[in-house]
Formats: sequence, C-alpha cells, structure tokens
Amino acid sequence: MDTRVLKKKLGLKERYAAMTRGLGWQTTYQPMDKVFPYDTYEGIKIHDWDKWEDPFRLTMDAYWKYQGEKERKLYAVIDAFAQNNGQLGVTDARYVNALKLFIQGVTPLEYYAHRGFAHTGRAFRGEGARVACQMQSIDELRHYQTETHAISHYNKYFNGMHHSNHWFDRVWYLSVPKSFFEDAVSAGPFEFLTSVSFSFEYVLTNLLFVPFMSGAAHNGDMSTVTFGFSAQSDESRHMTLGIECIKFMLEQDPGNVPIVQRWIDKWFWRGYRLLTLVAMMQDYMLPKRVMSWKEAWEMYAESNGGALFKDLARYGIREPLGWKDACEGKDHISHQAWNTFYNYNAAAPFHTWVPSDEEMAWLSEKYPESFDKYHRPRLEHFREQQQAGNRFYNKTLPMLCTTCQIPMLFTEPGDPTKICYRESDWRGNKYHFCSDHCKGIFDFEPEKFVQSWLPVHQIYQGHCFKSDVDPTKEGFDPLLAVLDYYEMNVGRDNFDFEGSEDQKNFAAWRGETKQGDRT
Amino acid sequence: MSNVFIAFQANEESYPIVEAILADNPKAQAVHSPGLVKIDAPDSLTIRRETIEGQTGRPFDLQQLHINLVTLSGHIDEDDDQFTLSWKH
Repeated sequence: MDTRVLKKKLGLKERYAAMTRGLGWQTTYQPMDKVFPYDTYEGIKIHDWDKWEDPFRLTMDAYWKYQGEKERKLYAVIDAFAQNNGQLGVTDARYVNALKLFIQGVTPLEYYAHRGFAHTGRAFRGEGARVACQMQSIDELRHYQTETHAISHYNKYFNGMHHSNHWFDRVWYLSVPKSFFEDAVSAGPFEFLTSVSFSFEYVLTNLLFVPFMSGAAHNGDMSTVTFGFSAQSDESRHMTLGIECIKFMLEQDPGNVPIVQRWIDKWFWRGYRLLTLVAMMQDYMLPKRVMSWKEAWEMYAESNGGALFKDLARYGIREPLGWKDACEGKDHISHQAWNTFYNYNAAAPFHTWVPSDEEMAWLSEKYPESFDKYHRPRLEHFREQQQAGNRFYNKTLPMLCTTCQIPMLFTEPGDPTKICYRESDWRGNKYHFCSDHCKGIFDFEPEKFVQSWLPVHQIYQGHCFKSDVDPTKEGFDPLLAVLDYYEMNVGRDNFDFEGSEDQKNFAAWRGETKQGDRT
Repeated sequence: MSNVFIAFQANEESYPIVEAILADNPKAQAVHSPGLVKIDAPDSLTIRRETIEGQTGRPFDLQQLHINLVTLSGHIDEDDDQFTLSWKH
C-alpha cells in the first residue's frame, strides 16, 4: 500500500512571497529608467523595492476567490431588493436624493480610481506595488459597476439619476469631485498613492462608507448598504495599501519626508473639502439618522486620524496643516453646504427641502454650539418664505474657489458669521480661494491650477450652451440654456422636494397622501 | 495609548468572529449600529483562527475575514493562525 506523502503547504508569508516576488526582471535592450520613466521625477528615492510588503498578503488566487464570494452575496441582495420592490420600503422619498448625489458624484470617482490605479501600477518598477495597484484597479471597476447596478433600480422610479455620467462632466457642483480626481490622476505615481490611498482611503473614506451606509440600512435601503459595505470591505485593503505606501516612502530615504508631508497637507485638505457633500448627506438627507457628521468626524477623523499621526511622528511627519481648521469646521460645513444647495436648487438635479421641526430639534441636540445660533434662523426664514409662496431660488452664479471649486460658502476660522475669502495674483490674473489651505495649494502649483475648469467662469464665457443656441435672441434665458446643455429635465429633476414628482409618486405608490399634506 | 478597531457587516458569518475577538481580547468592546458591528480595543486586537474554529466547529481560513470586513485601523500582522492590529512596531 502506498504511503500518502503530505506535501507541506506553504504558510501565508511564503505564499505571498512566491506570488508577488520574482515576477519582474531587469530589462536588457532598454534601460530600466526608460521603461519606468515616471517613478523618479517626483523626487521620491527608493533603494529597495523588496521592502514593499502588502500587510494582508493577499495573493491573486485568494483575491479572485474572495471577490467572487462578495459579488455573489451582493447580487443576491440587489436581486431580492428589486424583486420585492425594495424602493417602496425606504423611509421617505427624500432619502433617494442622497442616492442621486451618490450616483452623480461618487460613482464616477470609482471609475477614475480604476483608471488611476491601472496607470500608477504600470509606473512602478517594484512588483509588490504593481500587484497591489492591479488589485485595487480591479476593485474600483467593481465598485463602479456594482453601484451602477444597484442604483439603476432606483433610476426606474425616481428622477435625477438618468444622465449621471453626462452631468459629471458638466454640472457645476460635480466639478468638485471631478477636479479632485483629475488633480490626483495627473500627478506622479507616488503623489497619486498619497492622495487616493492614504489621504482619501485611509484618513477619510470611513466617513463616507461607514456611518452613511449604516444610515442607509437604518432607512430601509438594503441594496445600498450592501454595495456600500461590499465596497468598503475592499477599502480595508486599500487603506492598508495607503499606510503601507506612506511607511515605505518614509523608510526608504529621509529626503522623502518633506515631499510626503507636503502631499499629506495638500491631499488631506482636498479630501476634507470634497467630503463637505457627505457631511450634508448625513445631516440633512437621511430621514432616520444614525449619527451626525460631527460625531462621525470625531470618531473616524479625530480619534482614528489622531492615533495615526501620533504613530507617524516617529518619521518626522506631523498632522496635516489644515487639521485644526477641519476640526473646527465639523460644527458648520454640513449646514453651510445644505444652505448653498437649497439656494441653487434650480440648477441641481436633486431635491432640497427645509428640515421638519423634529429634524431641526435633532440638529440642535447634535450641534448645541452652532445650529440654533447660526443655522436654524436661516432655515426658518426659508420655510416662512416658502409657505408664503416665495420659495427662494438664487439665480446669480456664485464665486468658486479655484482649488476645490466649491462656491465660497465656508466661513473664517474663529468666526462663523463671516465668509472666508483669499486671493493670489499670478502672471497678471487674480485667483480666488475659500481658505488659507486652498490658497496654499494653488500657490505651490499655480501652473497646474490656473487650468481649472471652473463651471461659473465657463458659463459666463458662454461655453455651457448647446451649439445651436443664440444668446442674442430676444427672450434668451441663460439659466434655462445651461440646464438644457446639462440635459436636465427642468421641473422634474430640480427644485424643492415639496411638490416634486418624486414626492407625489412615492405617496401614490404607498397609498398615502403626499408627505407635504401631513400636519 | 491609541485604540485600534475593526468592523464587520452584522450577519451570521460575522458573529462567531466577533465572539472570538471578545473572548480573546478582554478589553475589546463591541458597538452595534444598523448593519454594522465595530469592535474597539486599546492598543492592539488579535483574531485567532483556533478560537473561531472552536465557535463554529469547522475549519476557518483567516482570509475569509475579507468577505464581511468593513473597515479597520492600525498596523496589520497576519499569518495562518492569527491576525493582529496594533500601533506597535
């Protein structure tokens, strides 16, 4: 009888080494620097690429296995949600507006990240880093697809989702996420990893995918919570890649430290500004609330980010320059952003509203220092005007920050009653900023940021009309011409939730009187 | 001292993992919110394969954690038998 010989299985660490090392080679008929032209010009010095280690030690075979399992679980939920008309089970049709912002402004970023990581992986001569970028590139494509599939079900029933890709390249507030990612993908490979993997994924992404998704669950949206957590399970790996990449750069050469610090300063602030949209979604767009933006900021940014920067201090890295201003902003930015969208709702393809008394009481409780004093009076004024038949729509275009592209809605550090304005002069032109940090980012790279495609400037220059439009014709309405260029469905996609088609349809489908009729 | 944390989707596959973490890390605390269970622990947190297998009575590969993992913080040290998060070096 044959004796079965058990071949000793490789341990996790050996398996990882076997699957990620020795995959590259020294080129012979072209110099390595010509094959990998982008991984040195940023000034980052790497002496030993083999020191790159993926802490999860995930290999491609295990990756496909677990990703496949995640997909099966996710699509089971998405199918069940669709088959059971899950959209009727959400708390309130106002909630769907958060999903509109998600498909308009977040989902396209997944696709940018997919492309960014494919490009960045190609740029590195170390195989460990290339394998990690390849996996992340595939993850990001998966997120783009699963989010599109999950939200497409809502698109069958609600307005404001039908042209999300078209809008991403045109609509004013979507230039905020778009310009963030275009800034990142047009940077060098190490800056790209610092921007997306570290500053965005490690320091900030929890704020998007954890409390907001828990909020989706709380509002009866099992489809969104499942794609959100399924995406976030990949994010755990991406966050780990982010911190690994930072440690790798810092450990390879002391000369890398100041370069990395500057990138952390820049990208923490860029990411923080981008999350203004999420702050607003969390405080105003979830009819049933899990936690406030402020609480989420304290849990995931202050306490977790604080631990991280305490740890990185041993390399000589300090907390990002804008950290203190960002922490002060937690009391205000969600309210300031909601006010802005309420103002400009004629030009935004989702609905806004004044929160109910009960919701305002919740905001007072969560923001004892700021809501009643600075933000409630404005909302009550809006409500009064609306009830008198004067729902206010601002038709004057706002000044935008040249760096983050957000309208000038943020206030001075230490004074929430005064709008913050900064400016720089460069080659005979004046540029405007929302903060010291956005100004600082511009001042370091003016050649890059003077190219910003600022929607307001573009509209005023006449670049946001369809080609057959004649602005000299009598009765020409520039705002309507811009909305036509956006391919927005005026009267269905935009304006207040009160009186909207979404509101009426949802009430009719549920056999209720519309929410506006309740006392 | 800084906290580390790990969070999982709240479902049947995650419960034995959460139970094992709470059994192996006496200072760890679980916080439940809709759809999610987050475990915080001072300084470090270890997940042991054997403890999970003891809970479920069947083999467990620690990389199965990826399926229901939502987020985490700290540095990772992982091998076939344990998965540790900490701020240590």
